[in-house]
This record gives sequence, structure tokens and C-alpha cells, in this order.
Amino acid sequence: MSAVIEAHGLTKDYGDTRAVADLSFVVSPGMVTGFLGPNGAGKSTTMRLILGLDAPTAGDVTVNGTRYREFAAPLHEVGALLEARSVHTGRSAYHHLLALAQTHGIPKRRVRELIELVGLHEVAGKQAGGFSLGMGQRLGIAAALLGDPATLLLDEPVNGLDPEGIRWIRNLLKALAAEGRTVFVSSHLMSEVAQTADHLIVIGRGRLIADTSVDEFVLRASTSVVRVRSPQATRLRELVLGPEVSITDVEPGLLDISGLTAEQIGDLAAAHGLVLHELTPLQASLEEAFMELTREELEYRTGELPRESEDVAAA
Amino acid sequence: MSAATALPVPRLAEHGKVTQARVVLSEWTKLHTLRSTRWSLLAASVLTIGLPLLFASVLSSRWGHMSPQERAGHHHAPLNVALAGVNVSQLAIAVLGVLVLTGEYATGMIRATFSAVPRRLPVLWAKTVVYALVAFALMLPSVVIAFFASQAILARHDIEQISFSHPGVARTVIGGAVYLMLVGIFALAVGAIVRNTAGGIATFAAIFFVIPPLLNVLPTSWNNAINPYLPDSAGRSIFSLTHGAHSLAPAPGLAVFCGYTALVIAIAAVLLARRDTQ
Repeated sequence: MSAVIEAHGLTKDYGDTRAVADLSFVVSPGMVTGFLGPNGAGKSTTMRLILGLDAPTAGDVTVNGTRYREFAAPLHEVGALLEARSVHTGRSAYHHLLALAQTHGIPKRRVRELIELVGLHEVAGKQAGGFSLGMGQRLGIAAALLGDPATLLLDEPVNGLDPEGIRWIRNLLKALAAEGRTVFVSSHLMSEVAQTADHLIVIGRGRLIADTSVDEFVLRASTSVVRVRSPQATRLRELVLGPEVSITDVEPGLLDISGLTAEQIGDLAAAHGLVLHELTPLQASLEEAFMELTREELEYRTGELPRESEDVAAA
Repeated sequence: MSAATALPVPRLAEHGKVTQARVVLSEWTKLHTLRSTRWSLLAASVLTIGLPLLFASVLSSRWGHMSPQERAGHHHAPLNVALAGVNVSQLAIAVLGVLVLTGEYATGMIRATFSAVPRRLPVLWAKTVVYALVAFALMLPSVVIAFFASQAILARHDIEQISFSHPGVARTVIGGAVYLMLVGIFALAVGAIVRNTAGGIATFAAIFFVIPPLLNVLPTSWNNAINPYLPDSAGRSIFSLTHGAHSLAPAPGLAVFCGYTALVIAIAAVLLARRDTQ
């Protein structure tokens, strides 16, 4: 039960808009892989491409070496929860799952078992149109697990869930990964993914931004910026300049320096007899690291002016 | 609603494949578990049986007050009363046919459907077969009941009746059910092409109810040449007892209407397989 999702140069255009651009990644079994990006980054499109709901403009994506459309029994290979609701509002939860199960000859017993598992037994006979967002998510998760699939694709699964439901999902995802399944979960919230994921694939504007382990990401995020307060900030700025260093002027006499450690900056200042009033490695939160990583994307979408900054490294 | 603690997910012992027969069963489940389906089909049955009963009753109660010329007019078309409901119930059958696919697009169900059956075409075949069989299975008894019940009412007043064994009568009555079934398939395919309920119903209405009267604007000779081959007229000849100079005989009419239906299904199949799911 080990399946790998592989995307090669995956590209999707909708009219003039490029939703996914030359995306290549591998999702491995036995762990939870977080798929991270701001809203509109192309996560849902990528999920739809994996499921063969949309056809790629270029490139391809396979699960276990096979295109989804070519599976003889897709529900046993991949279980999916899409962000957009995929349930007929006029049908009961039980009949919705039964109709899906029948395409693969999955017995009614299994349908009841899953309704029980996701905690919908009391409302299984009610029309899905009256479900709350959280109940809808639980129904979607039951549908995804129906075929006991080796791979799970979940698009923003915690949307609309209460704290208890969120905890339930996290535990479920970890348990599924521990069984050796491939679990690919998208979210636009870094903090959410950090709770469950082992590996991260970050995209912005349809492009791959990072493909890294969560530990590495945390490490990179928490040591990147050092805040320096000095009456001689202008001189210090000239000293620390370098190809790997970028400096942000927070206010006169206050710099945020990335690319150097606090030790390096302190030593440099001492060697040149500069006075420092503050030297603080900033523990950027995961959320901030994520925002930093995808800032360009967000600015593009919201049309906001970039934060006042100066990228010295550009020289 | 308490969070389930039974983790991890229980394993599934047997893994089966998607087959056409399984997709048919799934589509049957989908069709009969929707309230809107049950209401539409009930409406179609009630209209098919009820309108002939109503018309037969009105006719028999007014018969004593009608002039000989007026009575003669009704003598010429003894099956008109029995099959009057078909003209109305075709709308219910068509709307439901459109909804078979557009209902899935409107609610997003289509994504779940195509995730389970990513080859897609088995879904179109299954929906077509299930809906056609359900429509025929309900409409055949409806038209037969409509025929015998309306004839029975007319018989009480000694108004002209026609026997089921009379040449062409059985064919005409059964033809009414066949016509409704084909209308259902036609509408289903239109829904698959248009993917939007309002657009699908409007398209169907344009083809069946708007274009035919528009042709009256054309020179009569043109109208007479074109009109018999329109879906509406060709289909109608399946359940007409007699046919005039400018309408097709039942068998060619059936062939032409089946041809149109096959064409829209073929277009639907090509588009369904190729297009992105909305």
C-alpha cells in the first residue's frame, strides 16, 4: 500500500489565466504532505488535475505511475475530498455514499461503517443540502475513505470544522499516514499544516515555491531575520552589505537584516567600533515565514504596494 | 455529533472494479433517491392519465349540446382525447431529463461522480439507459390506462370510440410511450451538452416549441418540405393514427426522431469525455 503522486511540468490554463505553471513534485507514502499556498495559488486546480476532472494544458500527473483516468477501480486507489462541495443537495448522506459505493461493488455494510466512523449516523437519512459546513466535510471524508484507498487527497479539510472536528481530522490524517498511505492535504494556513504535515509543498501563483520537510522549513523560518538598533545604522548598513544579505529599514536607526546571524553582525560591529543598542534574532512565526515566502503572490492579487524595503542583494 | 474515536479506518476486504452494470445500479440509486425525480415522474403520470379523463368527461357532458358539425370534428380523431396528456407530460419528462445531468453540475455532485468513474462515458450510458427504462416503464401503463379509461367514459355517452385492436391503435398508444421515452433521452443529452438547468430547458423548448411555429413564416412549400423532418413533427408521427401529405408515416418518423436523439447523445458523449468538469 504505497503510492506516489508524481507531477511533471504540470501546467493548466483557463482561458488567458495560467492557474498552474510548470509544477513538478513528488508526494511520498507513509507521511502527511502539506500542500500550502494562499487562496488562488492553484491548489484546488492541482487536485482536480490529479483526479482527471480537468485535463492539463501541458505536463502530466500520475498516482502510482498511472493517470487517474486509467484506473480500473479509482476509489480503491485514491480517495478525495474537494474544497468545492461534491454532493447532490437533494439526496441523503446514506444514498450519496451508497451510489458512489455501488460503482465499485462496495457493500452497504461499508457505507454504514463509514457513516458511523465520521459521526454522521444521526443525520444519515437527511438531505445533504441541509448539512452544516462541518457535516458536509465529514460526509466528504466518508466518501474519500469509502474505497479504503492507498492515497488520500484532501483539499482544505478543516474548513468549517469545530475545534473538536479539527483535532479529529489531524489524528485521522496521521493515523492514515502511519498505516503507510499517501496523504496529501492542502491548506492556506501554515499553522494548520504544521500541526499535521511531515513534508511541505508550497506554491504561489501556480508555481512551486518550496518543497521541503517541515523541520527544515521551521529552521529556515526562525533564524532568518536579525533586528539591529544602532545610532550608527548607516555605517553598519554599509558594513554588512553582501550578495546574500538583505536589509529592511524599519525606522531610522533600526534595521532588519537577513542573511547573517546575530553573532556575525555583533562581531562585525565590534570590529569596527560601532555601538549597538539592540541585537535580536527574530523568531519569525511559521505564519510569517509562509507570508514572506508567498508575499509576492499576495501583493499581485490584492494590488497592495510592497512593504517599504530595499533589496540590497539585487546589486 | 461526537468525534469518532474508532481509528484508523477499518480495512475493506474485497476490492472490485468499476463495471458498466455497477454504474447502472449506481445511477438507478441516484435517480430514485431524489424527491424531485419522484415528483416529476408522478406529475408526468398524472398528466398522461388525468388530462384524457378530464377531456373525455367534458366531452361527454357537453355532447348533448354540441352541433352535428362539432361532433363530426371529434369523430375524426378518436385518439386525440386518449393521447392528449402526452403533449403536456412531455414537458415534465423533458425537464427531468435535463436535470439528470444539470442537477449534478449545479450541486457539484458531478465531481464525485467523475471521480468514481473517471472514464465518464459509462456514466452517460448508465444515466441514459436508466432514465429511458424508468420513463418507458411509467409512461407505457399511463398511456394504456389513459386510452381505456377515456374510451370507457366516452362509451357511456355512446360517443365514437375506437377499439385497441383497430389497425394502428395499439401502435399509436404504445408510440405515445416510446415518444416520451425518446424525449427523455433527447433532453438528458441536451442537459449533458448545456450543463445548466435553465439553459437546458430553454434549449429543449426552443427545439420543440419555438422553432416549429417560426417556420410558418417561410413560404408554405418550404414549410411543408422542412416541417415533417423537425424533431417535434417526426416524433409526433410516432403516436399519430393517421398521417397527412405533409407529415411522416410512423416508421420513418420514428427513424428520424431516433436519428436526432442519437445525434445529440453522440455530441453529449464527445463533449463529456473532453471537457473539464466545471
